[in-house]
Amino acid sequence: MKIIGYLIQKEFIQILRNKAILPMMTILPIIQLIVLSNAASNEVKNINLVIVDQDFSEYSRLLTSKVNSNERFTLKLATNNQNEAMEAIQANEADIILTIPAKFERDFLKAQSPALQILVNAINGQQATVGAGYLTNIIGSFNQDISSEIIRIPEGPRIGSISLESRNWYNPEIEYSHFMAPGILAELTALLTIVLSAMNVVRERELGTIEQINVTPIQKWQFILGKLVPFLCVGLVLLTVGLIASKLIFDIPMLGNLGILFGYAVINLIAVLGLGLLISNFADTQQQAIFVAFFFILIFVLMCGLFTPIDSMPKWAQILTIPNPLAHFISVSRKVLMKGGGLLDIRKEIIYTIFLAIIFNSLAIWSYKKQS
Amino acid sequence: MLPIKIENISKTFDGVKALDNISFTVEEGELFGLIGPDGAGKTTLFRILTTLLLADEGTAEVLGFDVIKNYKTIRSKVGYMPGKFSLYQDLSVEENLDFFATIFGTSIEENYDLIADIYRQIEPFKKRLAGDLSGGMKQKLALSCALIHKPDVLFLDEPTTGVDAVSRKEFWEMLQSLKEKGIAILVSTPYMDEASLCDRIALIQEGKILQTDSPQNLITSYPHPLYSVKAQDTYQTLQTLRLAPFTRSILPFGDTLHLSTKQGGSIQEIEDFLNAKSQSQIEVKPIKATVEDVFLNLSSPQTKESPS
Repeated sequence: MKIIGYLIQKEFIQILRNKAILPMMTILPIIQLIVLSNAASNEVKNINLVIVDQDFSEYSRLLTSKVNSNERFTLKLATNNQNEAMEAIQANEADIILTIPAKFERDFLKAQSPALQILVNAINGQQATVGAGYLTNIIGSFNQDISSEIIRIPEGPRIGSISLESRNWYNPEIEYSHFMAPGILAELTALLTIVLSAMNVVRERELGTIEQINVTPIQKWQFILGKLVPFLCVGLVLLTVGLIASKLIFDIPMLGNLGILFGYAVINLIAVLGLGLLISNFADTQQQAIFVAFFFILIFVLMCGLFTPIDSMPKWAQILTIPNPLAHFISVSRKVLMKGGGLLDIRKEIIYTIFLAIIFNSLAIWSYKKQS
Repeated sequence: MLPIKIENISKTFDGVKALDNISFTVEEGELFGLIGPDGAGKTTLFRILTTLLLADEGTAEVLGFDVIKNYKTIRSKVGYMPGKFSLYQDLSVEENLDFFATIFGTSIEENYDLIADIYRQIEPFKKRLAGDLSGGMKQKLALSCALIHKPDVLFLDEPTTGVDAVSRKEFWEMLQSLKEKGIAILVSTPYMDEASLCDRIALIQEGKILQTDSPQNLITSYPHPLYSVKAQDTYQTLQTLRLAPFTRSILPFGDTLHLSTKQGGSIQEIEDFLNAKSQSQIEVKPIKATVEDVFLNLSSPQTKESPS
């Protein structure tokens, strides 16, 4: 026991003496949290719109002003020339062209269902689909407005019309930072610990200190545990710093039990650290270790459900997220913080993560060879 | 029980024989030197003996324990100082020593007597980081760390490489005093002049042991007449003597030449030969062989073809 205690103590001395690690644990995550939570949002704003009005009617002006008054759209150009609008899209200045054809108002009043055209610049797929959706909604409501004006339905309950009331549970105001911050927090914690642990054993190999350790009676599991515990603490400090920062800066909800979140974080970090140490055992230089670690990090980040929902991935990709500790971590941090989820809500994640922790760490102990 | 017993050890790396059928023993309380140039296989042998590397063939025992079967026992009974400084550079002198003491389940206080002579020299700097120490001090710290658990056998892989002459001398004095405490020491070095400080030495080259004996015996066993030749123009003299009929081998040693002759060559004959070739200020005198002469004699291919 004393040996492990001293191994851990030694590792802490080294971590605290390393001038790069402390800022990495405190300042960097806060900066990343602020930048990513604000910047990496799926919200579509600032859609550049061109309106081609060939009708010059009251309705066409009404529609133009209605679209223009929506804060998501910026009216770049209003013209009656279709070619001019096409040029704007070519020059990447416009995202959407709304064309109101001539005789729009007249046809409408004659109940001939005139058509409007929406041309979408689909270079940016998300901007295009979401933007077109918004615009369709606006036109739909405009349609209702002018229809009711003409038909003059008397006041009172409208028979036969369905009214939709949608509420956003767990994030009523759709605050993107509330949604992103817990995810990014989980991501940062896992990534930093994976990198630190992957670099660590290799560093000892590069410096040759492992040679001296290997001739001592230290057991493999003692050595691995001596590496695991300090980095686990680093990860938990990072999580704490990040949570405090998110609370102060974004006022993220913390509905669930933080004890559950930290408890789960311990399991998850053990799994991630096991993977880091496994990488470390197979690499000969820190350079190799960082490249291999990055390979995993990229896959983990892209497939963790932070930027693209796992539910919208193809089936095989969804299965691939099971061995991704990051996906579980993000899911848990969102469930606990935003939804107030308890142990039962995250049981699936807990079970998967425990399995991953056992597998990664067994492999790490197995692959750490004191002999060659 | 023999501290070290090596029998027919061979090790091949990628088709290159690093060790070729090595056998020797180190007696109790002996300071045994493994002498050979870089790449001779010294470090490979050390790594096999310290249970870090598995040999392809042969057996080795340390303190009567097999290096493969009983590697765990060996690890707690030997001290190893690798050729490359391999302590934690970002830990202080004291922290390093404390760390290795704890790992071996002991403490600095418990075995302070053993390291006192060595550690006292670096104790004033005990708060300094190991990475900031000078070469000589690093070496003393490494030796202290290798000794802190009171090992019965000490493996020192090129401990004096890259260390200044004064520190080297001090280091060998330390080894002598450790030997007196009953610790068997296997030390490797590329410096031939350090060989005479060992009880016995093994000359190793290209993975083969050339000879194992006491330095004294090795020197007296040198089979040829040996002269030192000093001349004004050393290089020209070397070229000239290469062609002399009585020359067996001629090699530069600093500013003198060591000339080994076939039977019959005399000082007079050498001087006459050089005078005839108009070399000036010649000084020829018979000398006793050094370990280096022995080594070069054993390792040069011509001796294998025509042993005298």
